[in-house]
Amino acid sequence: MALKPGTTSNKVAYVNARLLDPATGLDAPGALLSEGEIITDFGPQLFSGGGLESIPSGIQIIDCAGHCLCPGLVDMRVQLREPGYEHQGTIISDSESAVAGGITSMVCLPNTQPVIDDMSVVEFVARRARLVGLTKVYPYGAVTKGLAGKELAELGLLAQSGALAFTDGIKAVADASVLRRALSYASTFGLMIVQHAEEPSLADGGDMNPGELATRLGLSGIPREAEIIMVERDIRLVEMTGGKLHFAHISTADSIDKIRDAKSRGLNITCDTAPPYFSLNELSIGDYRTFAKLSPPLRSEDDRQAVVQGISDGTIDIIASDHTPQDEESKRLPFAQAGFGGVGLETLLAVSLELYHKGEIDLLNILKHLTCAPADLLKLPAGKLEKGRRADLTIFNPERSWKVNADDLISKSKNTPFDGRPLQGVVMRTVIDGRTVFENES
Amino acid sequence: MTRKAADTTQFPHRHLLGIEGLSSSEITLLLDRAESYVEQNRQADKRKTLLRGRTIINLFFEASTRTITSFELAGKRLGGDVINMAVSASSMQKGETIVDTAMTLNAMHPDVITVRHADSGAVKLLSEKVNCAVINAGDGKHEHPTQALLDALTIRRRKGKLAGLQVAICGDIAHSRVARSNIHLLNTMGASVRLIAPKTLIPSEIEKMGAEVFNDMDLGLKDCDIVMMLRLQTERMHSNFFPSIREYFHFFGLTYEKLANAKPDALVMHPGPMNRGVEIDSEVADDIGRSAIREQVEMGVAVRMACLEILTRNISDQSQEKC
Repeated sequence: MALKPGTTSNKVAYVNARLLDPATGLDAPGALLSEGEIITDFGPQLFSGGGLESIPSGIQIIDCAGHCLCPGLVDMRVQLREPGYEHQGTIISDSESAVAGGITSMVCLPNTQPVIDDMSVVEFVARRARLVGLTKVYPYGAVTKGLAGKELAELGLLAQSGALAFTDGIKAVADASVLRRALSYASTFGLMIVQHAEEPSLADGGDMNPGELATRLGLSGIPREAEIIMVERDIRLVEMTGGKLHFAHISTADSIDKIRDAKSRGLNITCDTAPPYFSLNELSIGDYRTFAKLSPPLRSEDDRQAVVQGISDGTIDIIASDHTPQDEESKRLPFAQAGFGGVGLETLLAVSLELYHKGEIDLLNILKHLTCAPADLLKLPAGKLEKGRRADLTIFNPERSWKVNADDLISKSKNTPFDGRPLQGVVMRTVIDGRTVFENES
Repeated sequence: MTRKAADTTQFPHRHLLGIEGLSSSEITLLLDRAESYVEQNRQADKRKTLLRGRTIINLFFEASTRTITSFELAGKRLGGDVINMAVSASSMQKGETIVDTAMTLNAMHPDVITVRHADSGAVKLLSEKVNCAVINAGDGKHEHPTQALLDALTIRRRKGKLAGLQVAICGDIAHSRVARSNIHLLNTMGASVRLIAPKTLIPSEIEKMGAEVFNDMDLGLKDCDIVMMLRLQTERMHSNFFPSIREYFHFFGLTYEKLANAKPDALVMHPGPMNRGVEIDSEVADDIGRSAIREQVEMGVAVRMACLEILTRNISDQSQEKC
């Protein structure tokens, strides 16, 4: 970082970068200039003549060393543990983890204590996140009061106070008539419902994907059909109500086929998946590894490949981290008693880049799933390089390799299903509103 | 050196967590040692001093009468100090986890901990936190290795061999650790395994563990050498695994009529405790000519003595190596 003498302005020039903007397809060497919190210019031509000397004085210069510069990542599925479960994670600890993962905006589930089913909790989360001043935090509101699946929460008022969309978090809205009303009522205000698609009567009491490994280990199955049946049912309800529905962390080949078909019929349906579902399969459970106990469970290799295909062809719109902090006590238990979920903020980008390194999906397409696609779906002013927008940026070295070590994670909870995995792709710098909030020192 | 060292290489495992992963020679070693204890257990003086000074803790998180008694007798007959700990579900609810319990007991320097737990994998988890040998006395739906060994010893004594036999395991396969351990053992020893149950009680892809699946008793029992019945937990009825005990017994209970499909000298076995009139007819169970059920109990003590002997032998060898 160099500062020209006589600096008085708050202009920053990010030079020698590989600019990547999935929204426009830009992939070229160039520079970006921000002033205060705003992107004022960028492109291959900016500062292109005459090297660094041509940059006017008074501008702080950040040399990106040829690394990728893209819009800051937008993570649409994060569980925060504040308020209520601060021993597993706080807005500070998870925000620090998020900026280390290049995430500049994240959307948190309402399964806190108290539940985000009331305007005051929406405002609490927003205020806490503002005070922390790292990753921008936007809450989902609950679809039903107390996430109990019975009575609608005040969707309209929650939306006015800042809830981006509505979900019962890690629980499905299981009652068909409740979801019908929720979709219908939400569409009054153009609001979206996010569904954890899992039929509880089939999934309850299950531990992992059924099949040879589950049988061998003596663990109970959560059948694929638990997801598929609810996807099929919910597609019908969207058709019936004209509502807007997003399926979270889709994990099975058949669900992806159903969603592909529904989209081709023009229904207002989207979906996301999370890195474990395209990079791992059920075999990661091995000999009762509780860090690989996820919800939905890791599926078969065929399902994993279908998820990769779904991302590639756009059936799966978005990749989200599905960050789920669990303390050691929740995971150091017999498998059936252990909690579900894995942390994912710090590995979101690098695990996603596996798809690029394997030659399965091109870099811009992966970044689209991590930036403009979630931003557009949630109508966030983020995820794009655009003059006049907030300067939320992620600078990363796509090639550099590292190995995940759970103990080295910044996240307060260490339950990563990727522990020990070699990855390629390191976040070098994270910029939020023109301010560097994370810098890789190594 | 070096008889002990040679023995350790014959059974190079610190724990006995399951049958999966044991070789046929390791299983044979355990069965041969057990065989030698059968006669001793029939003498008036049953006591040996092999485990003098050793502490064995039987840690049972799940109710048991016969297994814990069998382990206790096995330890005492070898001269060890045996402590039984029945940890009820209620005291676990006080908040102590299985890992806490393991570390607490470990601090008391036992030589062997025998563990039964309602969750699959729980015994392995505990074994990772202690310095002593651990024997799995049944974990959830996963494994119950000493039961499979005592079944094998019973079969071997009656039939003179294991290889080449046709064995049918009948009943609640889905929830049975006994079935899984037996599938592993019988396959490793060269026997063929059939599983017979209604489809609700057959777990998915179990055929990949090496078994042929039948849903009809008459077909499945045809020409079998061994008929192993499993205990049916009647409370499964409330989860709709089967509609009634009457219907279950009609189709899957072992009667003389169904047994007639097996070989004339087919042996009937049951890990106990039996539900008479649910999975097995009383007459069949009590038929001394056909049923080996009481002999299984007897072999249980001998098998557990063999396991204790071989695992503690390993410990002393390891501690010598460290010195």
